[in-house]
Amino acid sequence: MKDSRTSRRIIYLDHSATTPTDPRVVEAMLPYFTDVFGNAASAHGAGRKAEMAVEDARETLANLLNCQPKEIVFTSGGTESDNLAIRGAAISARIQGRGARLVTTPIEHDAVLKTVEALVSQSGFECTLLPVDGDGMVDAGEAASVMRADTALVSVIYANNEIGTIEPVSALAAAAHERGALFHTDAVQAAGQLNLDVQALGADLLTISAHKFYGPKGVGALFVREGIELEPHQAGGSHEQGRRGGTLNTPGIVGMAKALELAYRELDERVAQLRARRDQLIDGIMTRVAGAVLTGHAARRLPSHASFVIDGLDGNTLLMHLDLNGIAASSASACKTGNPEPSGVLLAMGLPAGQALGSLRLTVGKDTTEDDIEYVVETIAQTVEKLHRLRDKA
Amino acid sequence: MSNKDIRVVVAMSGGVDSSVAAALLVEQGYDVVGMMMRLWSEPTMTGGAHNRCCTPDQMSDARRIADRLGIPFYVLDTKETFRSTVVQYFIDQHRDGVTPNPCLECNRQIRFEFLLNNALALEAQYLATGHYARVSRAENGQFQLRKGLDEHKDQSYVLSVLGQPQLSHALFPVGEYAKPEVRQLAERFGLPTASKKDSQDLCFLGDGDYRRFLSQYAPEVMTEGPIVRRNGEVIGQHQGLSNYTIGQRKGLGVQAAEPLYVIGMNPQVNALVVGTSDELGRSELTARRVNWISGVTPVEPFYAEVKIRYKAKPMRALIEPLGDDRFHAAFDEPLRDITPGQGAVIYNGDLCLGGGIIERQV
Repeated sequence: MKDSRTSRRIIYLDHSATTPTDPRVVEAMLPYFTDVFGNAASAHGAGRKAEMAVEDARETLANLLNCQPKEIVFTSGGTESDNLAIRGAAISARIQGRGARLVTTPIEHDAVLKTVEALVSQSGFECTLLPVDGDGMVDAGEAASVMRADTALVSVIYANNEIGTIEPVSALAAAAHERGALFHTDAVQAAGQLNLDVQALGADLLTISAHKFYGPKGVGALFVREGIELEPHQAGGSHEQGRRGGTLNTPGIVGMAKALELAYRELDERVAQLRARRDQLIDGIMTRVAGAVLTGHAARRLPSHASFVIDGLDGNTLLMHLDLNGIAASSASACKTGNPEPSGVLLAMGLPAGQALGSLRLTVGKDTTEDDIEYVVETIAQTVEKLHRLRDKA
Repeated sequence: MSNKDIRVVVAMSGGVDSSVAAALLVEQGYDVVGMMMRLWSEPTMTGGAHNRCCTPDQMSDARRIADRLGIPFYVLDTKETFRSTVVQYFIDQHRDGVTPNPCLECNRQIRFEFLLNNALALEAQYLATGHYARVSRAENGQFQLRKGLDEHKDQSYVLSVLGQPQLSHALFPVGEYAKPEVRQLAERFGLPTASKKDSQDLCFLGDGDYRRFLSQYAPEVMTEGPIVRRNGEVIGQHQGLSNYTIGQRKGLGVQAAEPLYVIGMNPQVNALVVGTSDELGRSELTARRVNWISGVTPVEPFYAEVKIRYKAKPMRALIEPLGDDRFHAAFDEPLRDITPGQGAVIYNGDLCLGGGIIERQV
């Protein structure tokens, strides 16, 4: 990639934040902005054409998730899917008298954590946080012993966005089911890289978001196992079996299905390529950058995901230096308003607050090259050395 | 080396002056990077504390301007550094019974230390700000600080703390223009022309009320004590020394045959000293923490003009260096408001020679 103004080389290593939309996906979407513009809920021909496109997409997703089409609810993205899953299941459980305890982890995405917090503070639910170890792993055995009979819903992230650790989702789902609780997983980072078979995972509710797997922004889906009552979170028309009011985003839905289809059709090559680049990156950083520590599980991690803390450096400063060198990276505590907070995920893993400000996340994509990684490792090594020198001087 | 190979970090506030500074540098072809510092502000009851130098509105203004100019823009977390230097200094100086000018301290420790170091770390050659001041080179190669061309807007007073290392990396692009010209430039560049309020107010106060701030953070300086005449006679009670400034007449709450003014403070015994108009005028001061911009302390006493406040008129005085860190100034005419804690800044015409912090009036 090139910067349009300076024509300097840009290396984008923030694919966990978002990915570019695959041109094949864009192509699939285009007719649904103009030629097939109908409202999928309309009774006329234009509406039926849109409806068919949406239902084809639903079927594609259902095949990929190994579920029934009617178990897919289209949403505006990961945050909405998480809100709908947790609020919807929690409120329904209360209506049915199935308990008022929500079990989750301290390393969830804010879309989950803040939803649970709101249910606790505003709606009288109770919450249990499952502990994580130094790799950010939830122990399924320990989780089972913590879950009580009043548990309505267990929500554990499939693969963490900050540290890339893959959680033992199917074991956790089994533990939840033993207590009669529902199990939700936020699979936003996992989708496109890990097994999404909801039967194998044992998930009752599963969240995905298209723009994380080379689909468009502003569209996502929630898998809702048949028979689960879900109190709607967004009131409105009777779209999506009354679970989510609002005109369907036909081009977005078509794009999401196309993107996920491509991801799983090309899964083996993509994963092999991501792993190779990620491992090259981790090896390079660990051997070349003084004070770098890998965060998250060394083996059980997303193929695309490398994350570190660098001793004595704050993430914001590092990101600024990398940006000026054409490298797009991210930090858990990074904040464009200059108000960094230590990462809650790293704190929960037992890292001291000082280190929890110094995180660096580099997430590779399907088009990242060996040469890109070489440049990035070299640049980070030089930048960190320079910042260490500067700090020692101060 | 052409300008495109020279990186310049511009301290952006979202206001017209720093925006025009950035635009001028972009026009001159420099590799420009915009930056804003997130400074500490007193937490408020509602939680969201925003220093008045970096509110969310100013941040989004600066971000938009940077985007229009096609330059990167970053916000640096400076909260703790600012709190432990400038805000602490403000509190400590009040504890010492003097009236500080935090802007001097901010330029010394924040803009031209913290921010400059960050700029240099980004391989920038220069740090530019929207100050109305100019930098020139003497024949011997020394860097000189001059008043901005627009005498009314001149801000060299708050930059008098800079030395050769800082000035060698400083650019003040709008110092070459008058304010109306800067507005015209803003229009030409298609930038917002609204002016930020002058940075003389205390940006870190939640509500702008420094008395309330001090009663919370340094309650001892807001403790009642005696109002005395110079002979020691107690004639009333004050509400805490930090409520008063030298030369103040109103609000003393004392009865006397002729008008009385604050002529001094004695923090050791928490006494406010008042006297008549005749007792108010002082023609000498000493200053400490002196910075000679040339880096060389003058050997002989010399005549120059001295500004005793940001907005004061420069007044002729005989300057006598006292070691490397202090000087004595004897004014031709007595001044009514020489205030310990404020800067005494020395000029020779439009050339700023340096300055110090007023220690006491004599």
